[in-house]
Amino acid sequence: MTPGGYAGKWLEVDLSKDRIEKVTYSDKDLEQYFGGRGLAAKVLWDMVGGKWADLDPLSPESPLMVFTGPMTGIYPGSRICVSGKSPISMGTVGSTAATEFANEMRQAGYDGVTFVGKADKPVFLLITDDGVEIRDAGHLWGLDGEKTLIKLNKEVTEELTRRRPGVGLWKEPGMVYIGPAGEAMVRNAAVMAKICHAAGYGGYGSLMGSKNLKAVVAKGRGGTPKVDAPEATKLLWKKTHQLLIRDTQFRRHGTGYAGYEVGAKTSSEPIRNWQEEWHDEVSYAGPRFEDRFWVKKRWADFNCTTNCMKVSCIKSGRWKGDITDMPDYELQAYCGTNFGLFDPAANIHLSALADQLGHSGINGPNTAAFAVELHQRGVLKDSDFGFKPKWGDPDTFDRILRMMAKREKIGDVLAEGTYRAALKIAEMRGRKPEELLRYAVHVKGIEIGAHGTRSDADYTHDISYAANVQGGDHTSTSTDGYSDMSGAVFADSGVFCDFCTGVPKALIFDFAKAVTGFPITVESWQRVTGPRIVTLQRAFILMGGPDLKWTPVKDDDNPPRFYEPLPSGPYKGRVTDRKLVDRKLRAYNETLGWDERGVPTKETLKRLDLGFLEKSMAKLR
Amino acid sequence: MVKPIWIARDQSACSGCRRCELACSMHHEGWMWPEASRVRVFMPFPGLEVAHLCAQCQDYPCVASCPVQALSTDASTGAVLVDREKCTSCGACIRACPGTVPFLHPGDNKATICDLCGGEPKCVEVCTEAGYNALTLTSEGPNVHKKLYSRNPVEVARDLAIKFFGEKGEEVVE
Repeated sequence: MTPGGYAGKWLEVDLSKDRIEKVTYSDKDLEQYFGGRGLAAKVLWDMVGGKWADLDPLSPESPLMVFTGPMTGIYPGSRICVSGKSPISMGTVGSTAATEFANEMRQAGYDGVTFVGKADKPVFLLITDDGVEIRDAGHLWGLDGEKTLIKLNKEVTEELTRRRPGVGLWKEPGMVYIGPAGEAMVRNAAVMAKICHAAGYGGYGSLMGSKNLKAVVAKGRGGTPKVDAPEATKLLWKKTHQLLIRDTQFRRHGTGYAGYEVGAKTSSEPIRNWQEEWHDEVSYAGPRFEDRFWVKKRWADFNCTTNCMKVSCIKSGRWKGDITDMPDYELQAYCGTNFGLFDPAANIHLSALADQLGHSGINGPNTAAFAVELHQRGVLKDSDFGFKPKWGDPDTFDRILRMMAKREKIGDVLAEGTYRAALKIAEMRGRKPEELLRYAVHVKGIEIGAHGTRSDADYTHDISYAANVQGGDHTSTSTDGYSDMSGAVFADSGVFCDFCTGVPKALIFDFAKAVTGFPITVESWQRVTGPRIVTLQRAFILMGGPDLKWTPVKDDDNPPRFYEPLPSGPYKGRVTDRKLVDRKLRAYNETLGWDERGVPTKETLKRLDLGFLEKSMAKLR
Repeated sequence: MVKPIWIARDQSACSGCRRCELACSMHHEGWMWPEASRVRVFMPFPGLEVAHLCAQCQDYPCVASCPVQALSTDASTGAVLVDREKCTSCGACIRACPGTVPFLHPGDNKATICDLCGGEPKCVEVCTEAGYNALTLTSEGPNVHKKLYSRNPVEVARDLAIKFFGEKGEEVVE
């Protein structure tokens, strides 16, 4: 019998062979890896194993997972988790986005889909109660996010209505899709949902694009999967929401006031490709967004009362009709201050543009700002862009984001992501890689979230990114112990929103136990299950390949810029403390049971039931 | 004696959290089952969430349309009640409803309509608990032209689109 919280079936879709199979995973795998980020890593190992380093993530053989977890749709804040071999880090990321697609797929009876192969023409996958079909997407290829969603909504709803007209009105389906950036295999492109939600980190939009897979669409009329202890789950559901509802400030503002505050208060907001992290630009204050642009102040996704999202729309002027969510802090920073822009309208426009092109709003714009700094330093010329790029100029960044998505001019190189673009441009210009990498703000290929470490006043510190198995991902940062890291791993594996975890930890784990029936506790997760998943992810990123391999310790570090003194503001002169980074990295490796270079030891692999990794890890020790 | 009640709706205020669907289905079905919920939140375009539920029209066209008298009204709350034994799943009530609100249950395929939870609607409880107040309880029933609120949710979304997005709103719901 399937454990509680799972629909109990997964799909394996081979797009080369037009073959769709239903599969199951053992109860042991479910208990040991849960779902989403964890289970995807285990399934990846089972499919690829020791040949990891030879696998090109953008080749047809490369698997792509679109997984839910046992908590999805049941615990507040349901999300989908996308994973696979990351085309940007060569490890794995459990990349999540909020969308009703996750519930629709579970209601149709499936916990997730693994894609392999490559369709010979653009397709989308349609999952309904009547079955699973690979459909032509020729008419959708090339469309931006909004048009893709509008067309698919109409087309699928009409078809379901035709199939069963008598049951009444059909609600629209759920979907994840890619925009032009994913189609063009921009390495750090996102898997998108709901026009402005993104599974950004990891670059899985390019993996979808490499498979000619435009979208995955689901509509199910069944119930949410049954759980082990339904009465307890219902009570815990009520209790958790009651606590989340009390989080009034976050519900009111989301992170939409942070575009001013993170810069002004904690000096950790990227400005002009992280040349500065402090500003006091009141033009960028929260109310300037809220009062003028927020048309819906409390916007939530399925089963969420945190409602940190707000819908923004520009209703006049040159960007009339642009719609996005808020933007949240990350995009206020990456599509605003990091471009040298402190204008809410321009920020909303560029955020909406990134969404519609299917860029990850953090990662793609990080690369765009990197390019403009290279121009500032004289490495790139006007001719590389076809115009003169300028900080603070919305048109500059509008054009660069489009050039990346079309792979035009320098955009073709930038589409490889910040790290690879640095290497390529160095080669093009006869420079040493280090000369350009000092401006590349990434860890292990993954461009860093918009929280700096130099001031040490934000939630991110010394090894937050340096030790992270998901590189620059700010949602999964490391500390020197188990707890914080394991928390993010749990949300990404149960597959629910990290922003719905502001309740006592014990409550969350009681919830998980009631749902699954697994003997799961805070302790067991922090000491065994969380470290098991992180250790497996560490093994993947260490194996790397085929075009690059990270060097342990040397690459377990912050970008050079984080060691340059902050040039301005109340924290002027501060740098990330390198000695502390070294010490905490050693402590982190020790805590996880990895050797001093961060390679998991034989004993640790045995203790975590990861013996299958021993052969690969022995080669690295 | 339960007072006549009505669920007033403020569609602009719906967050799209769908807790109404969860609360309704937990009450009526014992478990989370959004597609069996008597209130369903449609989202023809993100940001345009529309709570779709029975408005208790004064003339109850659904009740009148039923060929086997499976539908009746609750004398105290005014809710439409479905006799699931009698219902033949013919769909006449769905076609008669100005907003196409009733639907055939995804489990037993019988007509499914909001019963106002006997006077204490669970959807309203969770919506007001969260402070959204997209669904609120009123006793002003007889003074409201309730039937006007029985609308196709895609039409409602088209109106909301203009209200929220201005001219752009004309393009987002096909």
